[in-house]
Amino acid sequence: MPVKVMIPSPLRPYAGKRDSAEFTARTVGEALGHLTTEFGELRKHLFTEDGKLRSFVNVYVNDEDIRYLAKENTPTKDGDTISIIPSIAGGTREQCVLGFVSDNGIGS
Amino acid sequence: MATTVQPQTGAKPAASLSNEEILRYSRHLIMPEVGMEGQLKLKNAKVLLIGTGGLGAPLGLYLAAAGVGKLGLVDFDVVDFTNLQRQVTFGTSDVGKPKSEAARARLANLNPDIQIQSFETQLTSANALELFKDFDVIVDGTDNFPTRYLVNDACILLGKPNVYGSIFRFEGQATVFGMPDGPCYRCLYPEPPPPGLVPSCAEGGVLGVLPGIVGSIQAMETIKLILGRGENLVGRLLLFDALGMKFRELKLRKNPNCPVCGAHPTITKLIDYYEFCGVRGEEAPGPTVQVPEITPRELKARLNRGDDLFILDVREPHEYQICNLKGHLLPLGDLTRRVHELDSSREIVAHCRSGKRSAEAVDFLRKAGFRKILNLKGGILAWSDEVDPSVPKY
Repeated sequence: MPVKVMIPSPLRPYAGKRDSAEFTARTVGEALGHLTTEFGELRKHLFTEDGKLRSFVNVYVNDEDIRYLAKENTPTKDGDTISIIPSIAGGTREQCVLGFVSDNGIGS
Repeated sequence: MATTVQPQTGAKPAASLSNEEILRYSRHLIMPEVGMEGQLKLKNAKVLLIGTGGLGAPLGLYLAAAGVGKLGLVDFDVVDFTNLQRQVTFGTSDVGKPKSEAARARLANLNPDIQIQSFETQLTSANALELFKDFDVIVDGTDNFPTRYLVNDACILLGKPNVYGSIFRFEGQATVFGMPDGPCYRCLYPEPPPPGLVPSCAEGGVLGVLPGIVGSIQAMETIKLILGRGENLVGRLLLFDALGMKFRELKLRKNPNCPVCGAHPTITKLIDYYEFCGVRGEEAPGPTVQVPEITPRELKARLNRGDDLFILDVREPHEYQICNLKGHLLPLGDLTRRVHELDSSREIVAHCRSGKRSAEAVDFLRKAGFRKILNLKGGILAWSDEVDPSVPKY
């Protein structure tokens, strides 16, 4: 049984509108690598140009923050759920940050 | 373990309820978890709501109804028609009124026994500490990153709980920051995402019920903090997925190196949060790219003249259904893949709702070699204002 990666709404447009994807992976980094290989447009939203996970993207394995585990080297086992948790401002009319816009709705 | 908040000292706390109050709060009073003691805690509590919009609506209504003795309402915005779909404090007759005042009037009608103070002002680094200091609990119902970080930092500097909620489309988050030994917003997100990283704003919107649910969760957490009952969300991020109708929670840890609540804080006073978040001006960053434009009136004149113009609509199909200028629909997100549908020898006018997405489309197409391309300034909104009012605005 593979690892399930949960894709948050703001990133779904870059992931074929999928809400999750499953991969066989031994670490979080490996699973995210598979994810961004399958959905190339996601890469720049999750990783910096030198391949580091962006500082405002929080990643959890089950309910634990990987920053307090082994970061991207955190091992995963079959059946684990990896969640990408972006910051939501719930924002103003036109504010559009990491895809999160507003409580007001339409971005532009 | 239940955590309670210490009421701010000041006026002498109320020690009893009137007969009218006893009747009003009887369904609280007959619960042992609230009782007379709890209801008096509510009566002596002071809660400040930052934002009276989607999240602020259920917050204000439930906290006023519950008998929270003093409610502060901070909002500088004015009620408009698009608010009514979810901001249930307001009625149609409130459109055009300041939100803080309209909410105050509604809540005063709901509960005349409580004190309600409206602050028709934008929360800033200059006024936040002064506004917060008289309140026991701060509830964050704002809608932008600069204010989120400002509320967080001000709460940490003053040692006040920050009941957090946020929403996006069908998803919500809630937690309680700023409690002793608990994490703060910066422990979760040390820094905001840079604006403009994601080009398309087309996937916005929010189902009106969602802020009702998340704001109600914030109201419940606020009341539990005041009562000192139950387990609150300190150290837990509650995630709500309305489409899947699922609640999940993640562990939030206090970051020992947090710049504001850690052992050796580097942020010891409020900063410029717009600069910190890379947002200039008041709230909305303008178009991210500068491209050649045409005004709605110029476009109308050229169409009347019979000029051969290709109208390119870069919005989403569901937006096209709301209203359109009979243009060729090619959503911004599909532009790279479907650019071959466009004829670069023809003169193209691109538009969206407000002109922002189409500016990005024009920028992209110019880089792809299109020379005769213009952006409709102000989009369909401006077209409706300046040329054809029969086109609905949304």
